[in-house]
Amino acid sequence: MKALSQKRRHPIAGLALLLLGLLITGGLYSVASTMNQAQASNTGSSYSAEDITEGEKLFNANCATCHGVEAVGTENGPTLVGVGAASVNFQVGTGRMPMQMQGPQAQAKPNQFSDEQTAQLAAYVASLGAGPAIPEEQYLDTDHEDVDLGNGGTLFRVNCAMCHNAAAAGGALTRGKYAPPLAGVSEQHIYEAMITGPQNMPVFSDANIKPEDKRDIIAFLKQIESQGSPGGAALGSLGPVSEGLLVWTGGLAVLIGFMVWLTSRSS
Amino acid sequence: MSEQSHGGPDHTGAVEHAGVEESGKYAIDNPGLPPHRPRLADEDPKAAKRAERQAAFLFGLSIVGTLLFFVGYFVVGQIGPDTTFATIRLQNMLLGLGTAFAMLGIGVGIVHWAKTLMPDHETTELRHEVRTEADRQVAVGMIEDIIDETQVKRRPLLRNTLIGAGVLAVLPAIAIFRDLDDTDNRSEFAAENFGPERLRHTMWATDVRLVRDPTGTPIKASDVTIGSAFHVIPEGLNELDPHEMLNQKAKAVVLLMRLNPEDMQVSPEREDWNVDGIVAYSKVCTHVGCPVALYEQHTHHLLCPCHQSTFDLTQECKVIFGPAGHALPQLPIRVNEEGFLVARSDFHEPVGPAYWERG
Repeated sequence: MKALSQKRRHPIAGLALLLLGLLITGGLYSVASTMNQAQASNTGSSYSAEDITEGEKLFNANCATCHGVEAVGTENGPTLVGVGAASVNFQVGTGRMPMQMQGPQAQAKPNQFSDEQTAQLAAYVASLGAGPAIPEEQYLDTDHEDVDLGNGGTLFRVNCAMCHNAAAAGGALTRGKYAPPLAGVSEQHIYEAMITGPQNMPVFSDANIKPEDKRDIIAFLKQIESQGSPGGAALGSLGPVSEGLLVWTGGLAVLIGFMVWLTSRSS
Repeated sequence: MSEQSHGGPDHTGAVEHAGVEESGKYAIDNPGLPPHRPRLADEDPKAAKRAERQAAFLFGLSIVGTLLFFVGYFVVGQIGPDTTFATIRLQNMLLGLGTAFAMLGIGVGIVHWAKTLMPDHETTELRHEVRTEADRQVAVGMIEDIIDETQVKRRPLLRNTLIGAGVLAVLPAIAIFRDLDDTDNRSEFAAENFGPERLRHTMWATDVRLVRDPTGTPIKASDVTIGSAFHVIPEGLNELDPHEMLNQKAKAVVLLMRLNPEDMQVSPEREDWNVDGIVAYSKVCTHVGCPVALYEQHTHHLLCPCHQSTFDLTQECKVIFGPAGHALPQLPIRVNEEGFLVARSDFHEPVGPAYWERG
């Protein structure tokens, strides 16, 4: 004990103490969060009062700056009363919220909250007013026996392709906004985007496109994503822009190369 | 033109300089041509043999390319309902690479052959000075010959009938363009089926229900929540025969949206054209007719993907950016007794790009 107290003024002592403290905090946190995750797995469409209280705490700490206390909205962010759990699950689950900075539109980024925290936030926002709920599992099952890929493709081309591109590669909108590419987006998030209309996307409610039809659209998207392009390099599936650029630069370079070779003397 | 000289592989060295002007006429003396340099294949039989093999290899590559094409075409097989994407990809690759090698092999091989093995004579042709006055005299002489030989001066009958025929030949064009005029008293059938009347009206009429594209199911006003966008066609469109269906659809497509009525500026004569903020606008851009369907639900902008014309939904689809000439035509709508959305009438103006006598 005496040896320890003698070394307490050693220059490394402070650093060692800090590391020890961080280790204990981190360890406790990870134990606590795994316990919470175990609890969260049984939350379906109904939320426990505890989820709502936890969600309110998270909301006040992370979201209320822009969306206001009780989510009534401020000039920096809209009210979230009545947007529903689906909206929260989409916005927070894809990392779009909390927003990194004000701009033309919120961008997807790595998630800032765990699944469990996202569910708690969703529970809190859903408790403020009725809104679209998180979609049922059966409408996300793209291998379901009733799935009609052709119908999904037709509906996608009529309702979605004008912004998201016929190959779902995304596209530009006005003044810096854009429709994102849809490859790699989970079934649940695609469904939630349709029913909630995030950012400037219009709402495609279940009254407009039936849940079964939404499932067809999602299945179609997953199908084209897994199959890839039938013609080799898709060049981003952006059509004449990327293809034209390649031909005008790469193609011209090849032509110039041939011209140089044609007119050069043989050795 | 006969002043040519040849520097062939058999007599190397400087090419003869035929017709070089005497020195002193120009500031810098004509340096002549660089000395003829024989190619490797001209001197070394081994190099010639090698070049021959290279060209033959390229032709062989072309043959392999053609065979590759037929492997893709016949062996991989025709595309049927069971064809997988992997098969299509393989076939496309074989067809593309096969054709590329078949063409490139021949082309590159021939050029290589010409460059390495065929005799490389060097030829000089002199360019003569242009003698302006003399050349002009020749041209004038030709025209005089034409006038003289065709006898247009001596035979005014011929000349005058030709002028008359030329003037008259333009007149049918006036008749053809007259057909585009819709103000005259042509038959009703002609007016409806040809010319601009076809463009002036669409399938929309009083009490035609708005239905979803492509399913054809009617739309209840209560289904259209704020922020929604519906792609709409007139009821009965899907029952037309396919050719006529496409013709009618091209004119009648509509985008149905709902926004907060407080956000809208409604002109007095259009007050009953919307249903609690549910509005319907033609999807055909007034610039060159692309489908305008990129709707942003918060800014209420409608964007045309072709030339970025932007329409503001809150100002009755006024053009706020881009080349479009005028606002998108609005379809007047109301709710019928069963709660379904129906049209009050056809569009009050022709849909689509610039159109004469609008109104």
